[in-house]
Amino acid sequence: MSAPAELTIEAGRAEHHYWRDLWRYRELLGYLAWRDVKVRYKQAVLGIAWALIQPAITTAIFVFLFDRLAGMPDGGAPYPVLVLSGLMAWQLFSAALSGSSGSLVGNASLISKVYFPRLIVPLSALGVALIDFIVVLGLFLAVALWFGHWPTWHWLALPVFVLMTLAAAFGLGLWFTALTVKYRDFRFIVPFLLQVGIFVSPVGYRTDFFPNWRDLLALNPLTGIIDGFRWCLLGGQHALSLWSLGTSLFLIVLVTASGLWFFRRTERQFADII
Amino acid sequence: MSQPAISVSGVSKRYVIQHESQHDTLRDSLHHSARKLWRRFRWGTGFTSEEFWALRDINFEVQPGEVVGIIGRNGAGKSTLLKLLSRITEPTTGSIKLRGRVASLLEVGTGFHPELSGRENIFLNGAILGMSRAEIRRKFDEIVAFAEVEKFLDTPVKRYSSGMYVRLAFAVAAHLEPEILIVDEVLAVGDAQFQKKCLGKMQDIARGGERTVLFVSHNMAAVSQLCNRCVYLAQGTVCSVGPTAPLLREYLTTQITGATRPKAVRQHPEIEVTEVDVLVDGRSTRDVTTGSTVVFVLCYRCLCPDSFPSGFEASFILYGNGQKLTNFWSNAGQGTAFPASHTGRIVCRVPRWPFRTLSIDLEAHLNYRLANLVEIPGAVQFNSMDGDFYGRGVIPHHAEGMMLLDHRWDYTTTTDA
Repeated sequence: MSAPAELTIEAGRAEHHYWRDLWRYRELLGYLAWRDVKVRYKQAVLGIAWALIQPAITTAIFVFLFDRLAGMPDGGAPYPVLVLSGLMAWQLFSAALSGSSGSLVGNASLISKVYFPRLIVPLSALGVALIDFIVVLGLFLAVALWFGHWPTWHWLALPVFVLMTLAAAFGLGLWFTALTVKYRDFRFIVPFLLQVGIFVSPVGYRTDFFPNWRDLLALNPLTGIIDGFRWCLLGGQHALSLWSLGTSLFLIVLVTASGLWFFRRTERQFADII
Repeated sequence: MSQPAISVSGVSKRYVIQHESQHDTLRDSLHHSARKLWRRFRWGTGFTSEEFWALRDINFEVQPGEVVGIIGRNGAGKSTLLKLLSRITEPTTGSIKLRGRVASLLEVGTGFHPELSGRENIFLNGAILGMSRAEIRRKFDEIVAFAEVEKFLDTPVKRYSSGMYVRLAFAVAAHLEPEILIVDEVLAVGDAQFQKKCLGKMQDIARGGERTVLFVSHNMAAVSQLCNRCVYLAQGTVCSVGPTAPLLREYLTTQITGATRPKAVRQHPEIEVTEVDVLVDGRSTRDVTTGSTVVFVLCYRCLCPDSFPSGFEASFILYGNGQKLTNFWSNAGQGTAFPASHTGRIVCRVPRWPFRTLSIDLEAHLNYRLANLVEIPGAVQFNSMDGDFYGRGVIPHHAEGMMLLDHRWDYTTTTDA
């Protein structure tokens, strides 16, 4: 072993080595994410198929509601493909957000017994959402091919939008998970927000046919993201609005930066009040 | 002398206890803030929140390779100190310097997931305790062998017996190789045989002389076996630091509370019990050790001693572990009644205290001709701890049984076939 590292602990001192520690604990990050993925479908007979069943049924319902009943314009894309492309983005966001929001309280026993940069906990919660997303992406590919939609070069931009989705969920999740440590109310607030959010966000309808509403909808960072997903997955058939994309990016940066700030500010007390 | 491995200087930790609201929910907190604002507006004061200093101005140093015990009663601040040392929470003031890689073990099996198999949990738990994947791989076989769970490696740990679970958890922790190891009460798990094995492992670590170990335990036998030096904490401050043996004696004999004026459930208009107390070596104490002479005292005041011509009887009943342990009754033991007077002090001496580690409730009665005059359940609570019962200079370290009794060994041999 090399020369012993010296460590000083005093009030407010943790800042100094925080980011270095975060890097040192990257294996733990991996293990926690792996644990969540591993445990998620344990003792469920259908296992990972659940990741497919939910979006499949939701898509069927949305197609019925928005296409058959409301007769929304599809802009030339098969409606199921349209819905599923939006739903994928939404589910990635909602799984990542609810995972990271509940992560600190869910790992309370760890937090009160072991030291590690707490940021690892909400970060590791994104892993499960990402795995589910990849499974659904397979479903999407199958559905798209069935309707004769071949992947185009637009698909290559997908990782960018996936990252944006994760960042949005992570930023909000940081706020919620830190607040949940102190106020358990947020355990009720988050599911409610997600329930409302799926309708407020353009999951079941497309935005490029409502020019009047588009600016208003763009205030929701998910609008830019879902537009982006559709632009990628529908091979450019869906126009990409730079305005809504820009608003999304701005909001995501804002929410992630402020989330990090708030999390770091409250992190020191987690072990005392959790 | 080289630089100390651990130096703690001027460390304090404050917690704030809010009396008015628990602020468990947002509504409480909003409501609370609104009221606070309103009050401040009217009287210029907020709500009362009490500061509680869990630790105050702690100073001590530990040299590399030392094994130091931290002793003190419940609430003395031991756990808080360990939490500060392991960086789980920050000190309010002061600073701690640690030289070397630190691993802390405040609980056995932190982060074990019931759904995961033994193999998976070894990796997960190892990572949580700060081991790298390569390190865990290297020690994997050793850990499995120590825990004796080879056959169940791929079974989810929720199907493990509690013994297997604890063995696996300790095995992972025991194979940590930090320069500084911080351990809290982990030996108090598992069956007797495994406890012995754990203690042995801890001794190996301690004897190696390369690692600095901080060890917290209520098991005085383990402390005296493992540690050469101790830090004695009392009410959040360092009471003394020094070699283990004298410090343990000090710890075991310190008086913490004076006599109490107890609350009776059965009272008599003419008699008042003014004091019930436990003494060792003539001093009031709430900690007694196996083998010492323990004295129970009952003091009373009586308005009219003449109405009790045949004198009082007394009894002390001991409860522990949820059962009645024994009853010292003056009438049964000695057929004695004590003459009544205006004030009196009745004393019961128990030589060679037999009970081991137990928390005991003392119930005191004052009787007259078999009738209870005054009855005080829970008059005194005190702790019984392992001590040198057999007078051989060592604290017997058995993992089982709640008392030690005098006994004698003998043997005969027979020669016929």
